[in-house]
Amino acid sequence: MSILLETILKAVMFVVLALAGFAYTTWIERRLISRMQSRIGPNRVGPQGLLQPVAEGLKLIFKESITPAQADKFVYMLAPMLAVIPALALFAVIPISNHSFFNLAGGVDTAVLYVLAILGTAVYGIALAGWSSNNKYATLGGLRAAAQVISYELAMSLALVAVVLMAGSASMNVIIEKQLPGNILGWFIFRQPIAAALFAITALAELARSPFDLVEAEQELTAGYMTEYGGMKFALFFMSEYVKMIALSGLFTVFFLGGWSGPFVGDSWPLGLVYFSIKVLLCLMVMVWVRATLPRFRYDKLMAFGWKRLLPIALANVVITAALIAFGVPGYK
Amino acid sequence: MDSSTTPPIGAITTENAQLDVTLEQLKKLVSPRAFTGETMLLNMGPQHPSTHGVLRLLLELDGETVISCVPDIGFLHTGIEKTHEGKTYLKGVPLTDRTDYLAPMINNLAYCGAIEKLMGIEVPLRAQYIRVILAELTRMNSHLVWLGTHALDIGAMSMFLYCMREREDLLDVFELVSGARMMSSYFRPGGLWRDVPPAFFDLVKKVLDVFPARIIEYERLLKENPLWKERTIGVGVISKADALAFGMSGPSLRGSGVNYDVRKAFPYSSYDHFDFNVPLGSNGDVYDRYRCRLDEFPQSLRIIKQALDRLPEGPVMTDDRKIAPPPKHEIGTSMEALIHHFKLWTEGFSGPNADVYFAVESGKGEYGVYVHGDGGPKPRRLHFRAPSLCNLQALPRMAKGALIADLVGIVGSIDIVLGEVDR
Repeated sequence: MSILLETILKAVMFVVLALAGFAYTTWIERRLISRMQSRIGPNRVGPQGLLQPVAEGLKLIFKESITPAQADKFVYMLAPMLAVIPALALFAVIPISNHSFFNLAGGVDTAVLYVLAILGTAVYGIALAGWSSNNKYATLGGLRAAAQVISYELAMSLALVAVVLMAGSASMNVIIEKQLPGNILGWFIFRQPIAAALFAITALAELARSPFDLVEAEQELTAGYMTEYGGMKFALFFMSEYVKMIALSGLFTVFFLGGWSGPFVGDSWPLGLVYFSIKVLLCLMVMVWVRATLPRFRYDKLMAFGWKRLLPIALANVVITAALIAFGVPGYK
Repeated sequence: MDSSTTPPIGAITTENAQLDVTLEQLKKLVSPRAFTGETMLLNMGPQHPSTHGVLRLLLELDGETVISCVPDIGFLHTGIEKTHEGKTYLKGVPLTDRTDYLAPMINNLAYCGAIEKLMGIEVPLRAQYIRVILAELTRMNSHLVWLGTHALDIGAMSMFLYCMREREDLLDVFELVSGARMMSSYFRPGGLWRDVPPAFFDLVKKVLDVFPARIIEYERLLKENPLWKERTIGVGVISKADALAFGMSGPSLRGSGVNYDVRKAFPYSSYDHFDFNVPLGSNGDVYDRYRCRLDEFPQSLRIIKQALDRLPEGPVMTDDRKIAPPPKHEIGTSMEALIHHFKLWTEGFSGPNADVYFAVESGKGEYGVYVHGDGGPKPRRLHFRAPSLCNLQALPRMAKGALIADLVGIVGSIDIVLGEVDR
């Protein structure tokens, strides 16, 4: 009984953290991208605009909820939920500190597989939203989303195969432990740079973030799959995108940046939380930076990039990693 | 009512047909596959983020590939040409600001040039040079908005805000000389409204100082960016012959390698006094059009620098009292000046019964004004040769077989302003 209670408490804590993180990720992104674009950004609501996410949340809640007359009503309602639930579910296997209270299921042996499975289902929300809205732009957006995920999931899986090979386990706890030996060079980003780069690129594609944001490319498809959504349903899509951003930053941290590890982390667990947050924040900032810099991929080039470049590189990386481990090269043993 | 004989609602019948085309002719604009449901008809615009105003495109799509593209214009029609017929020659100036609202000074120049040609007025050299400076600043203004929105269309969003930042400096200059940031109406038939204030020179020098570094910044963001090149090279190609046949002009034509620039071919307002090059492309794709416009920035700066250095002293308005209003102090002392003032402000000056055409190189291409005078103070008919309209004609040719994402880039690359297309 106490295990059940503990699990529920942990789950609630993770969801609350994810939602608070979502609100403030939007704030960070807007402030940071404003700096990069020589603007000021939201700074009116609360000190430094810190209450801006609250204001916008309230605004969206009070919007009238409109369903297009010709839409498939049930699927139309279902789609935002299907988008947001997988995003939240990802947090289950991300250990955000070395204290066991901040680790829901990171020790599960299939944690990496769980991540890939959940990421695969996340696209249903988007594809169904595009299909059910009965809008041509939304349909095109939904189709693009489906094609994009198919092109990038394989490369991402293979990038993670290399990580699993390195750790000898698909458990998050083991993956972090294997990156611990003493110094920063133990991090997989230094021992598996290609896998790290592949994961970063495919994560951006998975998130449909710039330069892979053609699912919602407003200059081409107005707002893509969410063209017909408004109010809280629209907010849910935003939530799913930003929660996924945090989750994938967390996963990148776990897989390549040593998770919660850092100096003196063994002495006090709050330090682990701090290190983890800093690393996630850095990942988020890189995403914002990329968005401020790069133009968008074209639909067909994106597919070609996924299948013809990333996939062969990922395959070669797996083979090379396996060989290095088999021959016991120092650092890979 | 017998339902079998009633035509469906909205059908064009012989009774209500107002168009001089038949439905059959309209159907030929898209392929027959559109009527079987094999391809999708998508209505892009007039409210769409990247149609640069209110352009409507009827797209026939096979997946994401554009099979045919039918531009539908007229959503911003404001009747400017017709309105001109009720305005005296002097009062027509503010209307021209509103055609291509990103290049008001160049429009002013074309209109005033046409009136001056009609009336046979000589403009003082100082006014001509100041007109050149302001026209080149306007060209940069127009190109900045183009670069920002074009880059935004292709997904590089920061570019837009950098361009808007630089545009502020230019708008400050316009505000200083005319009092208005966009609808400047600063030029008058015969010269300028008034001489530029002394602070003008400092502001223009600031633009000259700041811009070269900014241009390098733009180049660093896009010129060699592999994603940008992938999106623009080989996209929206139009051949030399086609570009000429469609009547394209300006950077959109020069991107295809045709060396035609009104400033060089038919110099006006002393453009022949200045050294500058006309950048040319070769492939006629989106990238070459982008290069042509970007390379015009340094040339504009060159012209402005020369004009500033050699700016002569003297009046900025013709001394022909039949055209130019007399100065205030003369009205109090001279009977003749009072009469001129009264005549100019009540009925305006009358032009000859003649036709003139006067063209300038605007940011978009050859911007021409055709005036048909009837001997009175108002034009009988006035027509603008709008480069945006002519360039837009080539869009269906360029868009054929492109993807939606390319189409957005192509629309951006021909640099249309709907205020000018529809007038």
